[in-house]
Amino acid sequence: MSIVTVQLGQCGNQIGFEVFDALFSDSHCPQGLCSKRENEAYRASCKERFFSEEENGVPIARAVLVDMEPKVINQTLSKAAHSGRWKYGQHSCFCQKQGSGNNWAYGYSVHGPRHEESIMNLIQKEVEKCDSLNGFFIIMSMAGGTGSGLGAFVTQNLQDQYSNSLKMNQIIWPYGTGEVIVQNYNSILTLSHLYRSSDALLVHENDAVHKICAKLMNIKQISFRDINQVLAHQLGSVFQPTYSGEGSFHYRRNPLGIDWQVRPPLSGLPTRGKMSLNKESHFNTSIANLVILRGKDVHSAELGAFKDPALYTSWLEPVHAFSVWKTQRAFSKYEKSAALVSNSQFLVKPLDTIVGKAWNMFASKAYIHQYTKFGIEEEDFLDSFTLLEQVIASYCNLGF
Amino acid sequence: MTQSVVIQVGQCGNQIGCCFWDLALREHAAVNQKAIYDEAISSFFRNVDTRVVGDGGSISKGKICSLKARAVLIDMEEGVVNEILQGPLRDVFDSKQLITDISGSGNNWAVGHKVFGSLYQEQILEKLRKSAEHCDCLQCFFIIHSMGGGTGSGLGTFLLKVLEDEFPEVYRFVASIYPSGEDDVITSPYNSMLAMKELNEHADCVLPIDNQSLFDIISKIDLMVNSGKLGTAIKPKSLVTSSAGAFKKRQEKPFDAMNNIVANLLLNLTSSARFEGSLNMDLNEISMNLVPFPQLHYLVSSLTPLYTLADVNIPSRRLDQMFSDAFSKDHQLIRADPKHSLYLACALMVRGNVQISDLRRNIERLKPALRFVSWNQEGWKTSLCSVPPVGHSHSLLALANNTCVKPTFIELRERFTRLYRKRAHLHHYLQIEGMEESCFTEALSSLSALIQEYNQLDATKSMPAEELPRLSVAV
Repeated sequence: MSIVTVQLGQCGNQIGFEVFDALFSDSHCPQGLCSKRENEAYRASCKERFFSEEENGVPIARAVLVDMEPKVINQTLSKAAHSGRWKYGQHSCFCQKQGSGNNWAYGYSVHGPRHEESIMNLIQKEVEKCDSLNGFFIIMSMAGGTGSGLGAFVTQNLQDQYSNSLKMNQIIWPYGTGEVIVQNYNSILTLSHLYRSSDALLVHENDAVHKICAKLMNIKQISFRDINQVLAHQLGSVFQPTYSGEGSFHYRRNPLGIDWQVRPPLSGLPTRGKMSLNKESHFNTSIANLVILRGKDVHSAELGAFKDPALYTSWLEPVHAFSVWKTQRAFSKYEKSAALVSNSQFLVKPLDTIVGKAWNMFASKAYIHQYTKFGIEEEDFLDSFTLLEQVIASYCNLGF
Repeated sequence: MTQSVVIQVGQCGNQIGCCFWDLALREHAAVNQKAIYDEAISSFFRNVDTRVVGDGGSISKGKICSLKARAVLIDMEEGVVNEILQGPLRDVFDSKQLITDISGSGNNWAVGHKVFGSLYQEQILEKLRKSAEHCDCLQCFFIIHSMGGGTGSGLGTFLLKVLEDEFPEVYRFVASIYPSGEDDVITSPYNSMLAMKELNEHADCVLPIDNQSLFDIISKIDLMVNSGKLGTAIKPKSLVTSSAGAFKKRQEKPFDAMNNIVANLLLNLTSSARFEGSLNMDLNEISMNLVPFPQLHYLVSSLTPLYTLADVNIPSRRLDQMFSDAFSKDHQLIRADPKHSLYLACALMVRGNVQISDLRRNIERLKPALRFVSWNQEGWKTSLCSVPPVGHSHSLLALANNTCVKPTFIELRERFTRLYRKRAHLHHYLQIEGMEESCFTEALSSLSALIQEYNQLDATKSMPAEELPRLSVAV
C-alpha cells in the first residue's frame, strides 16, 4: 500500500525533503517501545508506503519533484544523497529554468499545459513501481507561482487520470504579513481550483508553525528549516503506519482515506430548536475529528472529551464524526504522542481574511494585468471568489 | 537558471558597468572556490575557450577557461570604452560586443536617439541577437545609463523600443542616473524629459538613482570612518564603495565610489536568482510583485549596511539597525523620503545569515510607521539568499514602489519648463531630422500623466479605505 508524493515549487520541495527524512528516521528508530516484531512490521509498512527498494539497498523515496527553476531541486537531491540513508530517484525530477514569477496564471496556464505530458509521465512511472496505490500526496504552497498554479493544474490532471485514487494536498498557508505581495490572489485561485479536484486539503499555516517554534520550542532565530521540520514531524505522526481494526501487525490503514466529504442530511439542516446551550458560545464546531495516539498506554487513554456533542454540528452524532487510531509503537522517540486532524471551523477566519484582502485588491484592479497577460481573466477571479464565499458560509453555518 | 545581458550605454553607463563587472567577478570568485563554471556564474558570464577562433569557443560546463561578460558596450565616444579595454577587465569583454563612434552625442538626446539610433540600429540588433543566442534561457536585459546626457539618454532609450520589439518576452530593467540639481549640463532637463517618455512606455522596471544622493551617502561613510567614532569596529575599505584591488594602484576617480554603489545594487538585485537561499526571488518576481499597474514601475532603492562591520556574529540589535536604515531617507539612492509617502509595494531582499524570524520581527517593528495603500496593506515581498556580498556578513536591498518618487519627477518638470518656456537651446534639437516640437509636448504630457497618477494615490492616503461589499452567496 503505497503513497506517491508530488513535491511542487520551492516550498513543496523543501518540505518534502524534511517529511521523508522524518519518516525514515522514525521508522529506523531502534526504541519503539514495543516488541521487536512489531517494530519490524512498522518499519516494513512505512518502507513500502513511502520508499521503494534499489539494488544497493538504499531506499528511494516514492516522490516526483517538480519545480520551474533548478536551484531548489538540486539542493534537495544533494541533501538527500548526502545523508546516505535514503535518496530521491535520479530521474524523478522535472525542472525548468525560468520559474513562475509568483504568477499563478503562469504556473497554471503556461507551465501546466506545456509540461503536462512530461510531469504526468514521471508520476505514472512512480505509480507503476507501487504494488498497490493508496493515493497521492501533493505538497505545495499557495502563495507563489509554481506550487500554487502548477500544483492546481497537476491535481486536476490527477483527478482526471486517476479518478479512483485518493488525492490529499498539503497546503502551506503563507504568513499573514506578506511573503509575496500577490499571495492572496494566488491563494484564492489555488483554493477554488483545488476544491473542485482534490479529496482533502491538509492545511498548515506558517504563522501557526512559527508560533510553535517561538513559544513552544523556544527557538531564538527561527529559520525555514526549523519550520519545515516541525511540519514534517506533524505530518509524520499522521502518516506513519497505524493499526487497522484487526489489531497488531496489521499496519494497513490508509492515512489518505480520511473521509472528509461529509454532506449535510438530505432532508435539510435542522431548525435551531435542537441546539444545546453551548452553541451560543463561540465554539469551534467540527464535522469530523481524528485523534492518532502513539506509544505507551494508548489503550487506556481517556478520550471522552472528544465525544462531547457540543464540539460537533447539530446534525451529526459524535460517533459518526469522531475516530481514533491507536498504535503502541512510539513515534520519533516520544514515549507518548498524539495528533489531531480536524475538519472544523478553525480555517474560517484565516480564509475569510485572505478572501477579504484579495477582494479589496481586486476592487482596485491592482496586479490584474499580470494575470490577464496569461489567460486568467476577471471572470476567473470572480468564480473563485464566489466558490470561496460559499465555502466560508457553509462552514459558518455549522455552528447552528 | 536564467541568464541576463547587461547593456551599458554612454560614459556614465559604461563606467558603472565596469564597476559592476569587477564586483561580479569578485563575488563569484569568493563563492566559487573550485573554479567550476556553474549555473550561478553563467547568469552573467560565458565560459569560452579562447584558443578557438570565431564563435565556436563556448563551453557549458567543467572548469572555467576564460570568462566573458554577457554585455554589450555602447558609446558614441571612444574614451571610456577604450580605457576599459586597456584596463584590468580587458579580457572579460569581446571586441565583438562593442559599438562605438568618435564624435559623441554632444549632450543632445536627439542626436543619441534619432541620429545614432538609425545609424547603428542594425549593428545593435546584431550584437543583441548574438548575446541572446549565447544564452540558454535569457530572462532579463539590464540597461545602465544616465538621463542627462546625449548617448546614455538618447541611444539608451532608443534601445528600449528595439528590445521590446525584438525580445518581447525578456524583461527590461533600467538603472537610470537622474541629473542632480547642480548638473553642469544645461540641456539635461530636455534630455531627461525626452528619455522619461521612453522609460514610461518601454521599460518594465526602472530604478531611478541620482548623483546627489550617491554623493551624500559616500560623504556620510567617509565621515563615519574618519571620525573614529566607531573605532576598530569598522573596516575602512568596504567593497560597497571600492573595488579593492582593481583601482587601488591608481588615484581613485571621484565617481568610483558612487558607481560602486550602483554596481552593488545590481548585484544584490540578482543575488537571490543566482544563489541559493531558503526563500528565493527570481527577477520575474520583482516585476510581478512590485508593479501593480503597468505605468507605475519606478522603484526607489536603498542598500544597507553601507560599511563593513568587523564583527562577524552580528547581534540582533545591529541586524535590526540594518532594517531601520533601509527606510531612512539618508539611505535611499534618490532624494526621497519613503516613510512619509505612500507605499504601493515593498520588497526586502536579504543576503547572508539572516533567518525568517529576523525578517518578520523587523517587518512587524517597522510596519506601524509606514503607510501602505489601502488595497495593499501587507504589501511585502521578501527573499532570503544565503550568500552574503563579499566583505559583508549580511546585507539588505529594499525596493519600494512609493509615491516618494513624485518630487523627483515634479522637479524635473519644473526645470524642463523653465528652459522650454524660453525656448532655450531648442534649435539644437529641432534641427535634427525626426525631431519636432510635438516630441517635447508629448514627453511633457506623458510625465504629467504619471505625476497625476501618483497624486491620485497620495490623495487616498488620508481617506478611509473604501471597501467594496463582499459577494453574498446563498447556501
